[in-house]
Amino acid sequence: MSTADLFLWFFGGLLPLSAMAYFLARGKALSVESNNVRLHSRPGFYGWYAVSWVALPALAVSLLGSVAHLFNLLEIPSTMLLATAFALGGAGLWYGLGHVKAEFRARQAVEKVMRGMLFTAATISILTTLGIVLSVVFESIRFFQVIPIWDFITGTQWQPDTAFLVGAGRADESVAPPLFGSLPIFAGTFMITLIAMLVAIPIGLFAAIYMSEYASHKSRGRLKPLLEILAGIPTVVYGFFAAITISPIVVEIAHSFGLEADYTNALAPGLIMGVMIIPFISSLSDDVIRAVPQHLRDGSLALGTTKAETIRHIVLPAAFPGIVAACLLAVSRAIGETMIVVMAAGLRPNLTANPLEGMTTVTVKIVEALTGDQEFDSAFTLSAFALGLVLLIITLILNIVSIIVVRKFRQRYE
Amino acid sequence: MNNGTEMNNASDMHKGTEMNNIALDSTVETKSASFMNTHKSPRQLKRERADKRFHWYGFTAIAMALAFLVFFFIDIIGQALPAFDKTEVQVTINYTQAATKNYNKAVDKSVRRIVSRAWLRSIPQYLQAHPEMIGSSHVEWVPADSRVDQFIKEHDGHGLKSKYQRTVKKMQQENRVRSVFNTTLFTRGDSKLPEYAGIWAAAVGSVFTLLITMLVAVPIGVMTAIYLEEFAADNRFTRLIEVNINNLAAIPSILYGLLGLAIFISFFGVPRSSALAGGLTLALMTLPVIIITTRASLRAVPESIREAAYGLGASNLQTAWHHVLPLAMPGILTGSIIGLAQAMGETAPLIIVGMMAYIPDAPTSILDATTVLPAQVYTWSTESLRGYSERTAAGILVLLTVLLSLNALAVKLRNRAQQTW
Amino acid sequence: MNSDTTTHNETKISIRDLKLWYGDFEALHGIDLDILSGKVTAFIGPSGCGKSTFLRTMNRMNDRIPSCRVEGQILLEGQDIYAPEVDVVQLRTHVGMVFQKPNPFPKSIYENIAYAPRIHGLVSDGPDMDELVETSLKKASIWNEVKDKLQQSGTALSGGQQQRLCIARTIAVKPDVILMDEPCSALDPIATAKIEELMDELKQEFTIVIVTHNMQQAARVSDYTAYFYLGDLIEYADTHTIFTAPKHQKTEDYITGRFG
Repeated sequence: MSTADLFLWFFGGLLPLSAMAYFLARGKALSVESNNVRLHSRPGFYGWYAVSWVALPALAVSLLGSVAHLFNLLEIPSTMLLATAFALGGAGLWYGLGHVKAEFRARQAVEKVMRGMLFTAATISILTTLGIVLSVVFESIRFFQVIPIWDFITGTQWQPDTAFLVGAGRADESVAPPLFGSLPIFAGTFMITLIAMLVAIPIGLFAAIYMSEYASHKSRGRLKPLLEILAGIPTVVYGFFAAITISPIVVEIAHSFGLEADYTNALAPGLIMGVMIIPFISSLSDDVIRAVPQHLRDGSLALGTTKAETIRHIVLPAAFPGIVAACLLAVSRAIGETMIVVMAAGLRPNLTANPLEGMTTVTVKIVEALTGDQEFDSAFTLSAFALGLVLLIITLILNIVSIIVVRKFRQRYE
Repeated sequence: MNNGTEMNNASDMHKGTEMNNIALDSTVETKSASFMNTHKSPRQLKRERADKRFHWYGFTAIAMALAFLVFFFIDIIGQALPAFDKTEVQVTINYTQAATKNYNKAVDKSVRRIVSRAWLRSIPQYLQAHPEMIGSSHVEWVPADSRVDQFIKEHDGHGLKSKYQRTVKKMQQENRVRSVFNTTLFTRGDSKLPEYAGIWAAAVGSVFTLLITMLVAVPIGVMTAIYLEEFAADNRFTRLIEVNINNLAAIPSILYGLLGLAIFISFFGVPRSSALAGGLTLALMTLPVIIITTRASLRAVPESIREAAYGLGASNLQTAWHHVLPLAMPGILTGSIIGLAQAMGETAPLIIVGMMAYIPDAPTSILDATTVLPAQVYTWSTESLRGYSERTAAGILVLLTVLLSLNALAVKLRNRAQQTW
Repeated sequence: MNSDTTTHNETKISIRDLKLWYGDFEALHGIDLDILSGKVTAFIGPSGCGKSTFLRTMNRMNDRIPSCRVEGQILLEGQDIYAPEVDVVQLRTHVGMVFQKPNPFPKSIYENIAYAPRIHGLVSDGPDMDELVETSLKKASIWNEVKDKLQQSGTALSGGQQQRLCIARTIAVKPDVILMDEPCSALDPIATAKIEELMDELKQEFTIVIVTHNMQQAARVSDYTAYFYLGDLIEYADTHTIFTAPKHQKTEDYITGRFG
């Protein structure tokens, strides 16, 4: 029996059984009520009570069974598991029906079950984080067992080409050892992030100022969604646009100034990434600027200052923490952005300050390592997880700092 | 202005002072005695200019962003439009016995490189299915080779050899070349030959993947939001969940790819490249978006409504279920649509879980290897043949149309919800 | 009113047939009023009578409301402040304003005062600015309370201190007229008393217009009182007359507390 069949059988059996449980229990409750006996809860709750007795044990058993199967603890034939689940469901139905009595508090019982389910859903977000952290950390540890962590952080050479030979145990003296110095990769990431920020922060901030302080309510309502289109365009599209349209333009312009530029230059992906990030900065800054109390503006204007002076000296300093938080989030967005750089930036790690040269980024290297045909255990593949770990740490730090900054801002004005 | 004297005397105190340590301007002046525009001091003029300049900066920033948007769409549409036409040529097909073995024999040598190879290769199969055709010959319109197509469209780098260019030109004079709407683009999957490459398989893959994402992320996300907003006590665990959701929203999407690879594929054994693996990965990525927007719309429901329900003896759950949720529904829908639209355009994590392989056929189950629209766009963009780049742009155009419609729908829903409030 | 002060009674602001609309709603129906120089003029009336709106027209703070439209004339020393060639920014250096809710800037006490003079270039930074800050704070009788903590944030002060800081901030620009929009309504009685005391000193140097819904306050601090009702100026006379012998029945009803 295939997995898909198993699912089909399981839910195909369980759903009608649950529906049956609901209507039987509710019908019984209704008939009790028709004898002028006052039930504790509404009849529907007795129905749901029976349903939870049918569905939950069956689900629990099959879940336990599949987990046990997964970890090779014990091998239960799937048909038997299915039969057990249905048997339990039937027993639950009988038990649930038995509880349709006037004094039984079905509502409390059902609400307890519901609350438990809601709580379980809420813990999934914790599990997700745990999943990300564990998957990245465990594979990184395996990577650092082969490559010393210090070499990874401080090395300036990234030449993993021979890693597969080492992985296959075929490396001999004639093969240069693979090098995993991540410095040039991070330098490329920061260069492209810097270019993106140079585009996004001024444009985004001034756009926010215009929308919140100058534009009428109506035109603000139109401008904001228009700008947010920029954030809704998929990154793969930006990547294509950067590589096909912007890169050649950059090369041509550089040429006209007598400069050499690679087609994989850092400028094109940086510029486009900046455009993508404009709405992040403008929307978040617009919100914090509008949160600055109106009476501060009135106080300043009543002193005979111009609108620009009021904005520059009173509004922006007051909104500053929020704007900083917005910029931090934008930075973390830029560092983690993948498709634009995969498509428009280079593959070759390059430690340079010239944005017209090709350079590569952390995310490019992660994609390269995981889409190649090397086996999962080779240091080359595992390097993706080590890079991912660093990416995760940077993102989390930026995010936590921005949360703290925003909290400070809120305290000041609420 | 008789009463101005008193004030002027007051400012006279500062008139003759030394002018060092100047903050904003190089001149220190008394306040202008009038508020009429007719006599303005240089300082006033300067401040006025600065004021206008500042306004202008803001306007320019918006204008630049919007100009980019316009340029971007014009560029993409310009690149994509040619892909909606395909070239067909009229040739004589000889369904000879030899053609059942060697498809090259079906057409005259002179047009063998003019017609699509993909079409040519399908002839033996066709004859197997229709043996009655063997021995006959027909004059038919058939798809042209991609190089011919590009040559007809006068694109640089079409790659058609000059001897075939002459043939095509001759055929054009004989009216044996035509341009028709490119249905192939919408009905076929990926192909190694651009003239036969389409987005159908990727579109089906996207639908499968998004279905998984929706079925997992929307219920869990909404339930989490209800728990946090309506039930959770304000304790350490709740705060942990809140901070955690905030962090999840900021984690780069590619790290979700690493999670999908390490947990779903390596650990749980979900088939690589499958809609299930991709959908689950995207679901975890979309979860924080749905939770955050749902919480916001739950919070927007006035407290008075909850109090009214409690006052009538409704329980916590009944209040949430009967009163709060229906009122928050438009907001929840909006958030879910935005989250799913985001997932639909996402590429990076899907590449990591293997959804960029060459997959020409549409999937039939969630466990089949499949690709999705953005991944297809990425794959085509790495191809060097000229025919692919216009297909890339066409794929982008389709993707953008769907995403923008989804977002417009979300905005509309949100506005409607605000009106009825 | 003794006779020798009346010689100084020159008109500072004269308002002629002033009408104001919010969209289609007419909030002021043709106000005529002369505000005398060097006096405290109080506007009283029930909530929503248009007294605050009227106050805000005098330094054009109502320009900030897009739907607001004004007709008629407001002459400040003979010049119409709604004339097209008026520079609103400069106007506000002549007519300052203190708001209902104390609104110090989230800056140091020193910077709160120095902000506007620096922008207007009245004084350069350094000893002159120090002196201006000190005199402004002294005139607002808050100097003794803050002289040791000029670098602390203005928002850390108590409500009454914040309001006096806002008054000091306004004085520093050396306006002719100070508009006060219910300046004590957010303050406790002790802080209120201090500000009322202060107003008495300030009128030596400035013309003061105050909106208040506290009639005792109007009686205590003002020389002239105007009673507004539903967008109309009902009665305007010296404060003593208004409170002892109002001509108008509506005014009498209001001040005797029969309604309002």
